[in-house]
Amino acid sequence: MAARFSRILIAKPGLDGHDRGAKVVARALRDAGFEVIYSGLRQTSEQIAAAAVQEDVGAVGLSILSGAHNSLLPEVIRLLREQDAADILVFAGGIIPNRDIPGLKSAGVDEIFLPGTSTQTIVEYLKARLGSDHVAGIAQAANQD
Amino acid sequence: MKNDRGSAATGVAEPETVEPETATPAERGAAYRDPVRTALAAAHQRWQAEVASSAAERPFWKRDFSTLSGAEIPHLAGALDSSADPLRDIGAPGEFPYTRGIHPSGYRGRLWTMRQFAGFGTAADTNQRFRYLLDHGQTGLSVAFDLPTLYGYDSDHSMSLGEVGKCGVAIDTLADMEALFAGIPLGGVSTSMTINSTAPILFAMYLAVAEQQGVDVETQVTGTLQNDILKEYIAQKEYIFPPRPSMRLVTDQFLFATRKVPRWNTISISGYHIREAGSTALQELAFTLRDGIEYVEYGIAAGLDVDQFAPRLSFFFNSHSDFFEEIAKFRAARRLWATVMKERFGARDPRSLMLRFHTQTAGVSLTAQQPINNVVRTALQALAAVLGGTQSLHTNAMDETLALPTEETARIALRTQQIIAHESGVISSIDPLGGSYLVEEMTEQMVAGSLDYFRRIDEYGGMVEAIEEGFPQREIVDSAYRYQQAVERGDKLTVGVNCFQQDDDPPVETLYVSDEVAVHQIEALERKRGVRDSGAVGRTLDALRRGAASDDNTMPLLIDCVKAYCSVGEISDALRDVFGTWEEAPVF
Repeated sequence: MAARFSRILIAKPGLDGHDRGAKVVARALRDAGFEVIYSGLRQTSEQIAAAAVQEDVGAVGLSILSGAHNSLLPEVIRLLREQDAADILVFAGGIIPNRDIPGLKSAGVDEIFLPGTSTQTIVEYLKARLGSDHVAGIAQAANQD
Repeated sequence: MKNDRGSAATGVAEPETVEPETATPAERGAAYRDPVRTALAAAHQRWQAEVASSAAERPFWKRDFSTLSGAEIPHLAGALDSSADPLRDIGAPGEFPYTRGIHPSGYRGRLWTMRQFAGFGTAADTNQRFRYLLDHGQTGLSVAFDLPTLYGYDSDHSMSLGEVGKCGVAIDTLADMEALFAGIPLGGVSTSMTINSTAPILFAMYLAVAEQQGVDVETQVTGTLQNDILKEYIAQKEYIFPPRPSMRLVTDQFLFATRKVPRWNTISISGYHIREAGSTALQELAFTLRDGIEYVEYGIAAGLDVDQFAPRLSFFFNSHSDFFEEIAKFRAARRLWATVMKERFGARDPRSLMLRFHTQTAGVSLTAQQPINNVVRTALQALAAVLGGTQSLHTNAMDETLALPTEETARIALRTQQIIAHESGVISSIDPLGGSYLVEEMTEQMVAGSLDYFRRIDEYGGMVEAIEEGFPQREIVDSAYRYQQAVERGDKLTVGVNCFQQDDDPPVETLYVSDEVAVHQIEALERKRGVRDSGAVGRTLDALRRGAASDDNTMPLLIDCVKAYCSVGEISDALRDVFGTWEEAPVF
């Protein structure tokens, strides 16, 4: 993996203080060889997008259990696009009702991990998505510009 | 473990008769002079040999039989295992050290309070749910507030975007609190409020509503304020101010309520959130009780006599899935608290020694997969809480890992308690597992492990200092990760998640709080701001700032603020101006 594609930001948007899942996932990704940056709690969409761009990460994982996902997740994606960082993969986890998943995916959330997901599943997902295919996809997109 | 017991600081006396301290009963055998004990040891030895030989032919079907918390427990506990002294450590219910319960009459005298935590949407939405639960036999109220209210932001603050009314009820001003309790006479119901950083504000609002209803605050207002800020830094993370000014707000309430609202429980010292954040059962117990010690020390330092306020301290534990481990935890909690209060603080009032607690079944144990199975998990956890002697109980609804509960699932959760109370027969005999070789031994281990944690936290200088150093936070993160690894290795099994999965899992209908709630809430807040006396708002907030900066008790000033319809956000901002805010280092 190229440097940036092994760097992941795990972030907690909004007021939600449930950080068990975020921390477990962060540690599991670190143990799997990723370089992990954890945002800490109560981050605004602006703070998360800025950190993702500044740290030049390959992916942002958003952990949210408060019910504010429909407001906050698309906003992070909008801000990333605004900063020409649409190539940063955005995935999410937490308590997200099934009825909200299609809307979030069409807003640009690449994958949503629900309660009970093993950390291994997330590791494999990121390795696949940030592997050579993803890099090639970005290169292609860049050429089209 | 047993050798760790009995430090002078905690005052648990050493056993008077010294038994041989070798590792197993079998090894002790020959050393006993008592013929019965010698025979028991020999029987244990025969059993061990039998197990060893059959295991050679057929190995155990899994390798990890430790508790959910990863604690090793005996394959067979016997009379020789427990070092608990039947008189000194177990005793009788209603007597020191209260291991068997705080009431001499147990549940025959009075059942536990069935108190379902509820709150969502607007105050009117939640008021309707409260009336529904009361109509179906619930005996106390428990308010869940939304995140903006918990963090001291108004519904129209930018940080409140998407959060209004989602995790609980939205409260901006006293007008919302009036609507929340409309038609519910506060003289006739006890109310628990899960609120911490902004606890004094919501407490002030509750008292103002009671006064409006004509209820006599001094004799009729009963209930509990969670008000446990230490566990916010440790686990739940809904803090606003730094630990020290937060502790001052807590002691202000101790001082105020002791005089003015004497039937109110000023704090609910909570292990629930510590456990949900990933601690073990032992860590939950030890950190919670050590938090309790910290509050007592701060109360005494604020000038109160221990017996003036200790009787109004209450506790709140989690009841997780490992049945005997939980029961041992509850029994150990009572014994430890009584001992600490007597020996460390010299409390003399028996009510200061009695640990009273609320229990909630473990939200984190619920599975999104095959959610109806959660009814069974909750029933077992609730049974453990009852066998552990809880005073009050919330049973989770089956759908709470997906959303806030619907009316139907909330009702089934309440019915679960009613079935335990009225059909199972477990209430008829006090502490029915007292004397169980296994449960007594596990209780001993909980006591010994807690004393060890108390010593380590004392070495930091206290819980505030340990929190500032990140000690309990690190312990919990490590335990959470160890548990997750055990799940992924298959050493810990959860039905429907890492075994017995099914693909045709039917979706369940869940409660959906729409974003319309925020629109209504913000409109109402703006209307209220338009009609209130803005002079009174400014004056009371200024007085609060001055009081907070001095040593004055903040409670009377907060009551003035809420009566002037200052909002939760405005009042919190006034306190932020004086106290500053707290951010933790993001470690994982």
